Amino acid sequence: MTLHNQQAGIKARLKVVRAGTAPQGFTLNVDLNLPGDQVSALYGPSGSGKTTCLRAIAGLERATDAYLEVNGEIWQDETHGIFVPTHQRAVGYVFQDAGLFSHLTVTQNLNYGRQRVPVAQQRVSLEQVVDLLGLTNLMDRRPGTLSGGERQRVAIARALATSPKLMLMDEPLASLDTRRKAEILPYLEKLRDQMHIPIIYVSHASEEVARLADHLVLLDAGHMTESGPTNQLMTRLDLSLAHGEAASAIVHATISGHEPAYHLTLADFPGGRLSVPQQALAVGGQLRIRIQARDVSLTLAPQTGTSILNILPVTVTAISDDSPGQVMVRLDATGTPLLARITRKSADALELAAALASGHVVYAQVKGVAILG
Amino acid sequence: MSAITLTLKLAGLTTVILLLLGTPLAWWLARTHSAWKGVASAVVALPLVLPPTVIGFYLLVTLGPNGPLGQLTQALGLGLLPFTFAGLVVGSVLYSLPFVVQPLQNAFEAIGDQPLEAAATLRASPLDTFFSVVLPLARPGYLTATVMGFAHTVGEFGVVLMMGGNIPGQTRVVSVQIYDYVEALEYAKAHWLAGGLVVFSFVVLLALYMLNPTGQRRSGKPGALS
Repeated sequence: MTLHNQQAGIKARLKVVRAGTAPQGFTLNVDLNLPGDQVSALYGPSGSGKTTCLRAIAGLERATDAYLEVNGEIWQDETHGIFVPTHQRAVGYVFQDAGLFSHLTVTQNLNYGRQRVPVAQQRVSLEQVVDLLGLTNLMDRRPGTLSGGERQRVAIARALATSPKLMLMDEPLASLDTRRKAEILPYLEKLRDQMHIPIIYVSHASEEVARLADHLVLLDAGHMTESGPTNQLMTRLDLSLAHGEAASAIVHATISGHEPAYHLTLADFPGGRLSVPQQALAVGGQLRIRIQARDVSLTLAPQTGTSILNILPVTVTAISDDSPGQVMVRLDATGTPLLARITRKSADALELAAALASGHVVYAQVKGVAILG
Repeated sequence: MSAITLTLKLAGLTTVILLLLGTPLAWWLARTHSAWKGVASAVVALPLVLPPTVIGFYLLVTLGPNGPLGQLTQALGLGLLPFTFAGLVVGSVLYSLPFVVQPLQNAFEAIGDQPLEAAATLRASPLDTFFSVVLPLARPGYLTATVMGFAHTVGEFGVVLMMGGNIPGQTRVVSVQIYDYVEALEYAKAHWLAGGLVVFSFVVLLALYMLNPTGQRRSGKPGALS
Protein backbone atom coordinates (compact mmCIF):
# COMPACT_ATOMS: atom_id res chain seq x y z
CA MET A 1 0.00 0.00 0.00
CA THR A 2 2.74 2.49 0.88
CA LEU A 3 6.27 2.36 -0.36
CA HIS A 4 9.15 3.70 1.60
CA ASN A 5 12.30 5.48 0.65
CA GLN A 6 14.63 7.79 2.48
CA GLN A 7 13.36 11.08 1.08
CA ALA A 8 12.51 13.67 3.74
CA GLY A 9 10.07 16.42 2.94
CA ILE A 10 6.68 16.67 1.34
CA LYS A 11 6.34 16.39 -2.39
CA ALA A 12 2.91 17.14 -3.76
CA ARG A 13 2.23 17.25 -7.46
CA LEU A 14 -1.50 17.70 -7.68
CA LYS A 15 -3.92 18.39 -10.45
CA VAL A 16 -7.60 18.83 -9.72
CA VAL A 17 -9.93 19.78 -12.54
CA ARG A 18 -13.53 20.77 -11.88
CA ALA A 19 -15.54 21.06 -15.05
CA GLY A 20 -17.47 24.18 -15.92
CA THR A 21 -16.82 27.88 -16.17
CA ALA A 22 -15.73 30.00 -13.21
CA PRO A 23 -16.63 30.08 -10.38
CA GLN A 24 -17.69 26.39 -10.51
CA GLY A 25 -15.05 25.44 -13.02
CA PHE A 26 -11.60 25.43 -11.52
CA THR A 27 -8.22 23.91 -12.13
CA LEU A 28 -5.60 23.40 -9.48
CA ASN A 29 -2.20 22.53 -10.83
CA VAL A 30 0.66 22.68 -8.37
CA ASP A 31 3.99 21.03 -7.76
CA LEU A 32 5.00 21.63 -4.17
CA ASN A 33 8.21 20.77 -2.35
CA LEU A 34 7.76 21.52 1.32
CA PRO A 35 10.00 20.98 4.35
CA GLY A 36 9.25 17.76 6.22
CA ASP A 37 9.46 19.13 9.75
CA GLN A 38 8.25 22.72 9.61
CA VAL A 39 5.18 24.87 9.13
CA SER A 40 4.38 25.66 5.52
CA ALA A 41 1.69 28.19 4.74
CA LEU A 42 -0.41 28.19 1.59
CA TYR A 43 -1.20 31.85 1.10
CA GLY A 44 -3.40 33.49 -1.47
CA PRO A 45 -6.73 35.18 -2.14
CA SER A 46 -9.96 33.21 -1.82
CA GLY A 47 -10.51 31.04 -4.87
CA SER A 48 -6.79 30.56 -5.39
CA GLY A 49 -7.02 26.84 -4.62
CA LYS A 50 -5.61 26.71 -1.09
CA THR A 51 -8.39 24.61 0.37
CA THR A 52 -8.62 22.38 -2.71
CA CYS A 53 -4.91 21.74 -2.39
CA LEU A 54 -5.29 20.75 1.26
CA ARG A 55 -8.30 18.52 0.51
CA ALA A 56 -6.35 16.77 -2.24
CA ILE A 57 -3.44 16.14 0.14
CA ALA A 58 -5.89 14.61 2.64
CA GLY A 59 -7.48 12.51 -0.12
CA LEU A 60 -10.88 14.12 0.47
CA GLU A 61 -10.77 15.23 -3.13
CA ARG A 62 -9.15 12.95 -5.65
CA ALA A 63 -6.47 14.67 -7.65
CA THR A 64 -5.96 13.26 -11.11
CA ASP A 65 -2.34 13.13 -12.23
CA ALA A 66 -1.03 13.23 -8.68
CA TYR A 67 2.12 12.30 -6.83
CA LEU A 68 2.12 12.78 -3.08
CA GLU A 69 4.90 11.76 -0.77
CA VAL A 70 5.15 12.65 2.92
CA ASN A 71 8.58 12.07 4.46
CA GLY A 72 9.16 8.97 2.38
CA GLU A 73 5.64 7.55 2.55
CA ILE A 74 3.76 7.55 -0.72
CA TRP A 75 0.10 8.42 -0.31
CA GLN A 76 -0.79 8.85 -3.93
CA ASP A 77 0.91 8.03 -7.22
CA GLU A 78 -1.61 7.97 -10.01
CA THR A 79 0.90 6.79 -12.62
CA HIS A 80 1.23 3.58 -10.59
CA GLY A 81 -2.43 3.47 -9.56
CA ILE A 82 -1.71 4.19 -5.90
CA PHE A 83 -4.37 6.05 -3.95
CA VAL A 84 -4.38 5.62 -0.19
CA PRO A 85 -7.89 6.52 1.01
CA THR A 86 -8.23 9.32 3.54
CA HIS A 87 -8.90 7.04 6.50
CA GLN A 88 -5.62 5.20 5.87
CA ARG A 89 -3.50 8.38 5.64
CA ALA A 90 -1.82 9.44 8.88
CA VAL A 91 -3.16 12.93 8.48
CA GLY A 92 -4.60 15.36 11.02
CA TYR A 93 -7.09 17.76 9.47
CA VAL A 94 -8.42 20.88 11.16
CA PHE A 95 -11.44 22.31 9.36
CA GLN A 96 -12.30 25.97 9.19
CA ASP A 97 -15.33 25.52 11.44
CA ALA A 98 -14.01 22.79 13.75
CA GLY A 99 -16.41 20.03 12.62
CA LEU A 100 -16.68 18.41 16.05
CA PHE A 101 -19.13 15.54 16.46
CA SER A 102 -22.13 17.09 18.21
CA HIS A 103 -23.29 13.73 19.63
CA LEU A 104 -20.04 13.19 21.52
CA THR A 105 -18.43 14.94 24.50
CA VAL A 106 -15.04 16.61 24.20
CA THR A 107 -13.37 13.50 25.64
CA GLN A 108 -15.19 11.25 23.18
CA ASN A 109 -14.32 13.59 20.31
CA LEU A 110 -10.64 13.44 21.29
CA ASN A 111 -10.76 9.66 21.57
CA TYR A 112 -12.64 9.10 18.32
CA GLY A 113 -9.58 9.28 16.11
CA ARG A 114 -7.02 8.17 18.70
CA GLN A 115 -8.81 4.85 19.32
CA ARG A 116 -8.66 4.05 15.63
CA VAL A 117 -4.87 4.33 15.52
CA PRO A 118 -2.96 1.13 16.36
CA VAL A 119 -1.22 1.45 19.73
CA ALA A 120 2.19 0.89 18.13
CA GLN A 121 1.66 4.01 16.01
CA GLN A 122 0.53 6.26 18.86
CA ARG A 123 3.29 8.72 19.59
CA VAL A 124 1.20 11.43 21.23
CA SER A 125 -0.62 10.73 24.48
CA LEU A 126 -4.07 12.07 25.28
CA GLU A 127 -2.69 13.84 28.36
CA GLN A 128 -0.05 15.55 26.24
CA VAL A 129 -2.68 16.83 23.81
CA VAL A 130 -5.09 17.94 26.55
CA ASP A 131 -2.27 19.73 28.29
CA LEU A 132 -0.89 21.38 25.17
CA LEU A 133 -4.25 22.85 24.19
CA GLY A 134 -5.46 23.60 27.71
CA LEU A 135 -8.59 21.44 27.60
CA THR A 136 -8.57 20.00 31.13
CA ASN A 137 -11.73 21.84 32.18
CA LEU A 138 -13.67 21.15 29.01
CA MET A 139 -13.46 17.35 28.86
CA ASP A 140 -17.06 16.56 29.85
CA ARG A 141 -18.66 19.33 27.80
CA ARG A 142 -20.64 18.92 24.58
CA PRO A 143 -19.43 20.83 21.51
CA GLY A 144 -22.67 22.84 21.50
CA THR A 145 -21.73 24.44 24.83
CA LEU A 146 -18.23 25.54 23.79
CA SER A 147 -17.17 28.93 22.46
CA GLY A 148 -15.79 29.16 18.93
CA GLY A 149 -12.22 29.35 20.20
CA GLU A 150 -12.68 26.37 22.51
CA ARG A 151 -14.21 24.32 19.70
CA GLN A 152 -11.25 25.06 17.48
CA ARG A 153 -8.82 24.05 20.24
CA VAL A 154 -10.68 20.74 20.66
CA ALA A 155 -10.60 20.21 16.90
CA ILE A 156 -6.83 20.79 16.82
CA ALA A 157 -6.37 18.42 19.78
CA ARG A 158 -8.59 15.78 18.15
CA ALA A 159 -6.48 15.84 14.99
CA LEU A 160 -3.24 15.83 16.97
CA ALA A 161 -4.36 12.89 19.13
CA THR A 162 -4.17 10.59 16.08
CA SER A 163 -0.35 11.06 16.05
CA PRO A 164 -0.47 12.37 12.47
CA LYS A 165 2.54 12.42 10.21
CA LEU A 166 1.19 15.59 8.66
CA MET A 167 -1.15 18.22 10.07
CA LEU A 168 -3.37 20.07 7.62
CA MET A 169 -5.04 23.23 8.88
CA ASP A 170 -7.62 24.99 6.75
CA GLU A 171 -7.83 28.58 8.01
CA PRO A 172 -8.50 27.41 11.57
CA LEU A 173 -8.77 31.01 12.76
CA ALA A 174 -10.86 32.44 9.93
CA SER A 175 -14.23 32.02 11.67
CA LEU A 176 -13.01 33.59 14.93
CA ASP A 177 -12.98 37.22 16.02
CA THR A 178 -9.73 39.03 16.81
CA ARG A 179 -9.82 38.18 20.50
CA ARG A 180 -10.39 34.46 19.90
CA LYS A 181 -7.63 34.47 17.29
CA ALA A 182 -5.23 35.92 19.83
CA GLU A 183 -6.39 33.18 22.23
CA ILE A 184 -5.55 30.35 19.78
CA LEU A 185 -2.32 31.61 18.20
CA PRO A 186 -0.12 30.81 21.23
CA TYR A 187 -1.44 27.21 21.14
CA LEU A 188 -0.53 26.93 17.47
CA GLU A 189 2.94 28.25 18.24
CA LYS A 190 3.34 25.68 21.01
CA LEU A 191 2.18 22.99 18.60
CA ARG A 192 4.78 24.13 16.05
CA ASP A 193 7.61 24.33 18.57
CA GLN A 194 6.93 21.20 20.62
CA MET A 195 5.40 18.54 18.40
CA HIS A 196 7.83 18.36 15.44
CA ILE A 197 5.04 17.43 13.06
CA PRO A 198 5.04 19.03 9.62
CA ILE A 199 2.10 21.38 9.26
CA ILE A 200 0.51 22.77 6.13
CA TYR A 201 -1.44 25.84 7.10
CA VAL A 202 -3.88 27.57 4.78
CA SER A 203 -4.43 31.26 5.34
CA HIS A 204 -5.21 34.51 3.66
CA ALA A 205 -4.05 36.54 6.68
CA SER A 206 -0.45 37.75 6.37
CA GLU A 207 -0.32 38.27 10.15
CA GLU A 208 -0.88 34.55 10.82
CA VAL A 209 1.58 33.57 8.13
CA ALA A 210 4.24 35.84 9.62
CA ARG A 211 3.72 34.38 13.07
CA LEU A 212 3.49 30.71 12.21
CA ALA A 213 5.05 29.79 8.91
CA ASP A 214 8.65 28.84 8.22
CA HIS A 215 7.97 28.20 4.57
CA LEU A 216 5.57 30.05 2.36
CA VAL A 217 3.78 29.07 -0.83
CA LEU A 218 1.90 31.74 -2.74
CA LEU A 219 -1.06 30.49 -4.74
CA ASP A 220 -3.03 32.36 -7.34
CA ALA A 221 -5.80 31.01 -9.60
CA GLY A 222 -4.82 27.41 -8.91
CA HIS A 223 -1.13 27.88 -9.59
CA MET A 224 1.88 28.27 -7.36
CA THR A 225 3.46 31.65 -8.02
CA GLU A 226 6.24 31.54 -5.41
CA SER A 227 7.65 29.14 -2.84
CA GLY A 228 10.38 29.80 -0.31
CA PRO A 229 11.35 30.66 3.26
CA THR A 230 8.74 33.01 4.75
CA ASN A 231 11.14 35.86 5.43
CA GLN A 232 12.54 35.78 1.91
CA LEU A 233 9.11 36.07 0.31
CA MET A 234 7.78 38.62 2.78
CA THR A 235 10.61 40.99 1.88
CA ARG A 236 10.53 40.53 -1.88
CA LEU A 237 9.51 43.93 -3.22
CA ASP A 238 8.02 42.44 -6.38
CA LEU A 239 5.39 40.64 -4.26
CA SER A 240 2.36 42.30 -2.69
CA LEU A 241 3.22 40.83 0.74
CA ALA A 242 6.09 43.32 1.00
CA HIS A 243 3.84 46.32 0.56
CA GLY A 244 1.29 48.24 2.57
CA GLU A 245 0.81 48.90 6.27
CA ALA A 246 1.38 45.32 7.39
CA ALA A 247 4.65 44.75 5.49
CA SER A 248 7.27 43.37 7.83
CA ALA A 249 10.35 41.19 8.13
CA ILE A 250 11.04 38.26 10.44
CA VAL A 251 14.29 37.95 12.34
CA HIS A 252 15.35 34.70 13.99
CA ALA A 253 17.52 35.62 16.96
CA THR A 254 19.20 33.91 19.91
CA ILE A 255 18.95 35.33 23.41
CA SER A 256 22.41 36.50 24.51
CA GLY A 257 21.56 38.16 27.79
CA HIS A 258 19.09 40.06 29.93
CA GLU A 259 19.03 43.55 31.41
CA PRO A 260 16.64 42.99 34.32
CA ALA A 261 17.01 46.56 35.56
CA TYR A 262 15.51 47.81 32.29
CA HIS A 263 13.21 44.84 31.69
CA LEU A 264 15.01 44.12 28.44
CA THR A 265 16.32 41.02 26.76
CA LEU A 266 19.21 41.09 24.30
CA ALA A 267 18.83 38.99 21.18
CA ASP A 268 21.60 38.42 18.66
CA PHE A 269 21.25 37.62 14.97
CA PRO A 270 23.87 37.78 12.22
CA GLY A 271 22.90 41.38 11.46
CA GLY A 272 23.51 42.64 14.98
CA ARG A 273 21.93 42.82 18.41
CA LEU A 274 18.37 43.76 19.26
CA SER A 275 17.01 44.90 22.62
CA VAL A 276 13.52 43.56 23.05
CA PRO A 277 10.98 43.55 25.91
CA GLN A 278 12.09 41.13 28.61
CA GLN A 279 11.49 37.46 27.81
CA ALA A 280 11.13 34.53 30.18
CA LEU A 281 13.49 32.37 28.09
CA ALA A 282 17.07 31.69 29.22
CA VAL A 283 20.23 32.65 27.32
CA GLY A 284 20.43 30.53 24.18
CA GLY A 285 16.64 30.54 23.68
CA GLN A 286 15.30 31.20 20.20
CA LEU A 287 13.12 34.19 19.39
CA ARG A 288 11.12 34.96 16.31
CA ILE A 289 10.93 38.72 16.02
CA ARG A 290 8.83 40.70 13.63
CA ILE A 291 10.01 44.13 12.54
CA GLN A 292 7.36 46.14 10.70
CA ALA A 293 8.50 48.23 7.73
CA ARG A 294 6.75 51.30 9.12
CA ASP A 295 8.80 51.06 12.35
CA VAL A 296 12.14 51.27 10.54
CA SER A 297 13.74 54.60 9.62
CA LEU A 298 17.08 55.17 7.90
CA THR A 299 20.06 57.42 8.57
CA LEU A 300 23.31 57.79 6.64
CA ALA A 301 25.45 57.90 9.81
CA PRO A 302 24.87 56.12 13.13
CA GLN A 303 22.94 58.45 15.43
CA THR A 304 23.94 59.21 18.97
CA GLY A 305 21.72 61.02 21.37
CA THR A 306 18.62 59.19 20.24
CA SER A 307 16.05 57.27 22.27
CA ILE A 308 16.08 54.48 19.73
CA LEU A 309 17.95 51.44 21.09
CA ASN A 310 18.10 49.26 18.01
CA ILE A 311 20.32 50.65 15.30
CA LEU A 312 21.63 48.19 12.72
CA PRO A 313 24.17 48.71 9.94
CA VAL A 314 22.59 47.61 6.67
CA THR A 315 22.94 47.92 2.93
CA VAL A 316 20.15 48.92 0.55
CA THR A 317 19.29 46.07 -1.83
CA ALA A 318 16.13 47.35 -3.52
CA ILE A 319 13.79 50.32 -3.62
CA SER A 320 10.22 50.16 -4.86
CA ASP A 321 7.15 52.38 -4.95
CA ASP A 322 4.70 51.67 -2.17
CA SER A 323 2.11 54.45 -2.05
CA PRO A 324 2.25 57.80 -3.89
CA GLY A 325 4.15 59.42 -1.04
CA GLN A 326 6.14 56.46 0.21
CA VAL A 327 8.70 53.96 -0.94
CA MET A 328 9.56 50.52 0.40
CA VAL A 329 13.25 49.90 0.89
CA ARG A 330 14.65 46.41 1.14
CA LEU A 331 17.68 46.19 3.38
CA ASP A 332 20.26 43.53 4.05
CA ALA A 333 21.51 43.09 7.61
CA THR A 334 24.36 40.63 7.02
CA GLY A 335 22.12 38.11 5.31
CA THR A 336 18.84 38.89 7.04
CA PRO A 337 16.47 40.96 4.89
CA LEU A 338 14.60 43.85 6.51
CA LEU A 339 12.08 46.36 5.16
CA ALA A 340 11.84 50.09 5.73
CA ARG A 341 8.86 52.15 4.62
CA ILE A 342 9.88 55.77 4.31
CA THR A 343 8.62 58.88 2.51
CA ARG A 344 9.66 59.45 -1.06
CA LYS A 345 11.02 62.82 0.01
CA SER A 346 13.34 61.23 2.60
CA ALA A 347 14.50 58.67 0.06
CA ASP A 348 15.51 61.47 -2.28
CA ALA A 349 17.08 63.56 0.50
CA LEU A 350 19.20 60.61 1.65
CA GLU A 351 20.07 59.78 -1.96
CA LEU A 352 19.16 56.17 -1.33
CA ALA A 353 19.37 55.39 -5.03
CA ALA A 354 23.08 56.18 -4.78
CA ALA A 355 23.41 54.01 -1.67
CA LEU A 356 21.74 51.19 -3.57
CA ALA A 357 24.18 51.59 -6.46
CA SER A 358 27.30 51.95 -4.33
CA GLY A 359 26.48 49.44 -1.61
CA HIS A 360 27.38 51.92 1.11
CA VAL A 361 26.35 51.07 4.63
CA VAL A 362 23.38 52.99 6.01
CA TYR A 363 21.78 52.64 9.43
CA ALA A 364 18.36 51.22 10.16
CA GLN A 365 16.73 52.59 13.29
CA VAL A 366 14.16 50.13 14.60
CA LYS A 367 11.49 51.87 16.65
CA GLY A 368 9.60 48.78 17.73
CA VAL A 369 9.65 45.00 17.53
CA ALA A 370 7.06 42.32 18.13
CA ILE A 371 8.02 38.98 19.63
CA LEU A 372 6.21 36.20 17.78
CA GLY A 373 7.38 33.39 20.05
CA MET B 1 -55.79 -14.00 16.94
CA SER B 2 -57.66 -10.82 17.64
CA ALA B 3 -57.70 -7.95 15.17
CA ILE B 4 -55.67 -5.82 17.58
CA THR B 5 -52.76 -8.22 18.03
CA LEU B 6 -52.81 -8.97 14.31
CA THR B 7 -52.60 -5.26 13.55
CA LEU B 8 -49.71 -4.73 15.99
CA LYS B 9 -47.87 -7.72 14.56
CA LEU B 10 -48.32 -6.50 11.00
CA ALA B 11 -47.25 -2.92 11.85
CA GLY B 12 -44.25 -4.11 13.88
CA LEU B 13 -42.97 -6.49 11.24
CA THR B 14 -43.56 -3.96 8.47
CA THR B 15 -41.65 -1.26 10.39
CA VAL B 16 -38.64 -3.51 11.00
CA ILE B 17 -38.49 -4.51 7.31
CA LEU B 18 -38.89 -0.90 6.23
CA LEU B 19 -36.08 0.32 8.51
CA LEU B 20 -33.76 -2.37 7.11
CA LEU B 21 -34.70 -1.71 3.47
CA GLY B 22 -35.18 2.03 3.91
CA THR B 23 -31.75 2.75 5.38
CA PRO B 24 -29.66 1.86 2.29
CA LEU B 25 -32.33 3.30 -0.02
CA ALA B 26 -32.53 6.59 1.89
CA TRP B 27 -28.72 6.74 2.14
CA TRP B 28 -28.41 6.29 -1.61
CA LEU B 29 -31.08 8.93 -2.28
CA ALA B 30 -29.37 11.35 0.11
CA ARG B 31 -25.86 10.92 -1.31
CA THR B 32 -26.26 10.14 -5.01
CA HIS B 33 -25.83 12.54 -7.91
CA SER B 34 -27.17 9.87 -10.27
CA ALA B 35 -29.69 10.80 -12.95
CA TRP B 36 -31.92 8.04 -11.52
CA LYS B 37 -32.38 9.90 -8.24
CA GLY B 38 -35.47 11.74 -9.52
CA VAL B 39 -37.07 8.55 -10.81
CA ALA B 40 -36.36 6.67 -7.58
CA SER B 41 -37.68 9.54 -5.45
CA ALA B 42 -40.88 9.66 -7.47
CA VAL B 43 -41.42 5.91 -7.16
CA VAL B 44 -40.83 6.04 -3.39
CA ALA B 45 -43.34 8.90 -3.09
CA LEU B 46 -46.04 7.24 -5.23
CA PRO B 47 -47.92 5.67 -2.27
CA LEU B 48 -48.38 9.18 -0.86
CA VAL B 49 -50.63 10.19 -3.74
CA LEU B 50 -52.13 6.95 -5.09
CA PRO B 51 -55.44 5.77 -3.61
CA PRO B 52 -54.66 2.66 -1.51
CA THR B 53 -57.18 0.75 -3.65
CA VAL B 54 -54.94 1.30 -6.69
CA ILE B 55 -51.90 -0.08 -4.88
CA GLY B 56 -53.99 -3.00 -3.60
CA PHE B 57 -55.42 -3.68 -7.02
CA TYR B 58 -52.06 -3.89 -8.76
CA LEU B 59 -50.59 -5.96 -5.95
CA LEU B 60 -53.51 -8.35 -6.27
CA VAL B 61 -52.94 -8.62 -10.02
CA THR B 62 -49.15 -9.00 -9.99
CA LEU B 63 -49.05 -11.31 -6.96
CA GLY B 64 -52.06 -13.31 -8.15
CA PRO B 65 -51.88 -16.72 -9.91
CA ASN B 66 -51.52 -15.12 -13.37
CA GLY B 67 -49.28 -12.24 -12.31
CA PRO B 68 -45.50 -12.32 -12.86
CA LEU B 69 -44.69 -12.11 -9.15
CA GLY B 70 -47.41 -14.64 -8.35
CA GLN B 71 -45.83 -17.13 -10.73
CA LEU B 72 -42.44 -16.40 -9.17
CA THR B 73 -43.65 -17.01 -5.61
CA GLN B 74 -45.33 -20.22 -6.74
CA ALA B 75 -42.18 -21.37 -8.53
CA LEU B 76 -40.22 -20.67 -5.34
CA GLY B 77 -42.65 -22.82 -3.40
CA LEU B 78 -44.02 -19.88 -1.40
CA GLY B 79 -47.51 -20.23 -2.80
CA LEU B 80 -49.68 -17.23 -3.51
CA LEU B 81 -49.42 -14.16 -1.31
CA PRO B 82 -52.84 -12.48 -1.70
CA PHE B 83 -55.24 -13.27 1.16
CA THR B 84 -52.34 -14.24 3.46
CA PHE B 85 -50.57 -12.41 6.28
CA ALA B 86 -47.33 -12.44 4.25
CA GLY B 87 -49.20 -10.72 1.44
CA LEU B 88 -50.35 -8.03 3.86
CA VAL B 89 -46.75 -7.46 4.95
CA VAL B 90 -45.67 -7.00 1.32
CA GLY B 91 -48.52 -4.57 0.70
CA SER B 92 -47.84 -2.64 3.92
CA VAL B 93 -44.14 -2.31 3.13
CA LEU B 94 -44.99 -0.68 -0.21
CA TYR B 95 -47.78 1.41 1.26
CA SER B 96 -45.68 2.84 4.14
CA LEU B 97 -42.38 3.08 2.23
CA PRO B 98 -42.33 6.91 1.86
CA PHE B 99 -43.16 7.40 5.54
CA VAL B 100 -39.91 5.66 6.48
CA VAL B 101 -37.60 6.58 3.59
CA GLN B 102 -38.31 10.30 3.53
CA PRO B 103 -37.53 11.06 7.22
CA LEU B 104 -34.36 8.98 6.93
CA GLN B 105 -33.33 10.72 3.71
CA ASN B 106 -33.95 14.13 5.29
CA ALA B 107 -31.90 13.18 8.33
CA PHE B 108 -29.01 11.89 6.20
CA GLU B 109 -29.08 14.99 4.01
CA ALA B 110 -29.04 17.28 7.06
CA ILE B 111 -25.85 15.64 8.31
CA GLY B 112 -23.97 16.89 5.26
CA ASP B 113 -20.49 16.02 4.07
CA GLN B 114 -18.42 17.45 6.86
CA PRO B 115 -18.95 14.88 9.63
CA LEU B 116 -18.16 12.15 7.11
CA GLU B 117 -14.98 13.91 6.01
CA ALA B 118 -13.99 14.62 9.61
CA ALA B 119 -14.46 10.93 10.44
CA ALA B 120 -12.36 9.90 7.42
CA THR B 121 -9.48 12.14 8.56
CA LEU B 122 -9.83 10.46 11.98
CA ARG B 123 -9.17 7.02 10.46
CA ALA B 124 -12.77 5.80 10.30
CA SER B 125 -13.62 3.68 7.25
CA PRO B 126 -16.88 4.51 5.45
CA LEU B 127 -18.76 1.64 7.18
CA ASP B 128 -17.30 2.57 10.57
CA THR B 129 -18.34 6.19 9.92
CA PHE B 130 -21.89 5.10 9.16
CA PHE B 131 -22.30 3.33 12.48
CA SER B 132 -20.28 5.70 14.68
CA VAL B 133 -21.32 9.04 13.21
CA VAL B 134 -24.23 8.83 10.77
CA LEU B 135 -26.56 6.61 12.82
CA PRO B 136 -26.22 8.59 16.07
CA LEU B 137 -26.63 11.91 14.26
CA ALA B 138 -29.66 10.58 12.34
CA ARG B 139 -31.39 9.34 15.50
CA PRO B 140 -34.23 11.91 15.33
CA GLY B 141 -34.86 10.79 11.74
CA TYR B 142 -35.01 7.13 12.84
CA LEU B 143 -37.47 7.97 15.60
CA THR B 144 -39.73 9.79 13.16
CA ALA B 145 -39.42 7.02 10.57
CA THR B 146 -40.24 4.29 13.11
CA VAL B 147 -43.27 6.05 14.50
CA MET B 148 -44.60 7.14 11.11
CA GLY B 149 -44.04 3.74 9.52
CA PHE B 150 -45.74 1.94 12.40
CA ALA B 151 -48.66 4.34 12.76
CA HIS B 152 -49.30 4.57 9.05
CA THR B 153 -49.44 0.78 8.76
CA VAL B 154 -51.90 0.60 11.65
CA GLY B 155 -54.12 3.02 9.74
CA GLU B 156 -54.02 1.03 6.51
CA PHE B 157 -57.39 -0.02 5.07
CA GLY B 158 -57.71 0.05 1.30
CA VAL B 159 -54.68 -2.07 0.50
CA VAL B 160 -55.73 -4.70 3.05
CA LEU B 161 -59.25 -4.87 1.74
CA MET B 162 -58.13 -5.17 -1.88
CA MET B 163 -55.51 -7.87 -1.48
CA GLY B 164 -55.96 -9.28 2.01
CA GLY B 165 -59.68 -9.65 2.24
CA ASN B 166 -61.22 -10.14 5.62
CA ILE B 167 -60.00 -13.45 7.04
CA PRO B 168 -60.27 -13.54 10.87
CA GLY B 169 -56.90 -14.08 12.53
CA GLN B 170 -55.04 -13.81 9.24
CA THR B 171 -55.89 -10.61 7.48
CA ARG B 172 -58.68 -8.99 9.48
CA VAL B 173 -56.89 -5.99 10.97
CA VAL B 174 -58.51 -3.34 13.19
CA SER B 175 -59.48 -0.99 10.38
CA VAL B 176 -61.27 -3.79 8.52
CA GLN B 177 -62.91 -5.01 11.73
CA ILE B 178 -64.33 -1.52 12.28
CA TYR B 179 -65.75 -1.57 8.76
CA ASP B 180 -67.36 -4.94 9.51
CA TYR B 181 -68.95 -3.70 12.74
CA VAL B 182 -70.37 -0.66 11.00
CA GLU B 183 -71.81 -2.78 8.19
CA ALA B 184 -73.41 -5.00 10.82
CA LEU B 185 -74.70 -1.87 12.60
CA GLU B 186 -72.78 -2.83 15.75
CA TYR B 187 -71.87 0.80 16.51
CA ALA B 188 -70.89 0.20 20.14
CA LYS B 189 -68.16 -2.26 19.16
CA ALA B 190 -67.10 0.01 16.30
CA HIS B 191 -66.79 2.87 18.81
CA TRP B 192 -64.44 0.92 21.06
CA LEU B 193 -62.06 0.11 18.23
CA ALA B 194 -62.36 3.43 16.39
CA GLY B 195 -61.98 5.44 19.59
CA GLY B 196 -59.03 3.25 20.53
CA LEU B 197 -57.34 4.06 17.22
CA VAL B 198 -57.91 7.79 17.73
CA VAL B 199 -56.34 7.65 21.20
CA PHE B 200 -53.47 5.46 19.95
CA SER B 201 -52.69 7.78 17.05
CA PHE B 202 -52.84 10.86 19.24
CA VAL B 203 -50.53 9.37 21.89
CA VAL B 204 -48.04 8.21 19.27
CA LEU B 205 -47.89 11.58 17.54
CA LEU B 206 -47.73 13.45 20.85
CA ALA B 207 -44.83 11.27 21.97
CA LEU B 208 -43.10 11.89 18.65
CA TYR B 209 -43.37 15.66 18.88
CA MET B 210 -42.32 15.72 22.52
CA LEU B 211 -39.31 13.48 21.99
CA ASN B 212 -38.32 15.17 18.76
CA PRO B 213 -39.06 18.87 19.10
CA THR B 214 -38.07 20.21 15.70
CA GLY B 215 -38.16 23.82 16.86
CA GLN B 216 -35.77 23.25 19.73
CA ARG B 217 -32.78 21.73 18.03
CA ARG B 218 -29.80 23.83 18.93
CA SER B 219 -28.50 24.29 15.43
CA GLY B 220 -31.82 24.20 13.62
CA LYS B 221 -31.23 20.99 11.74
CA PRO B 222 -30.98 17.42 12.98
CA GLY B 223 -27.53 16.01 13.38
CA ALA B 224 -25.77 19.24 12.57
CA LEU B 225 -22.23 19.81 13.59
CA SER B 226 -21.32 22.38 16.12
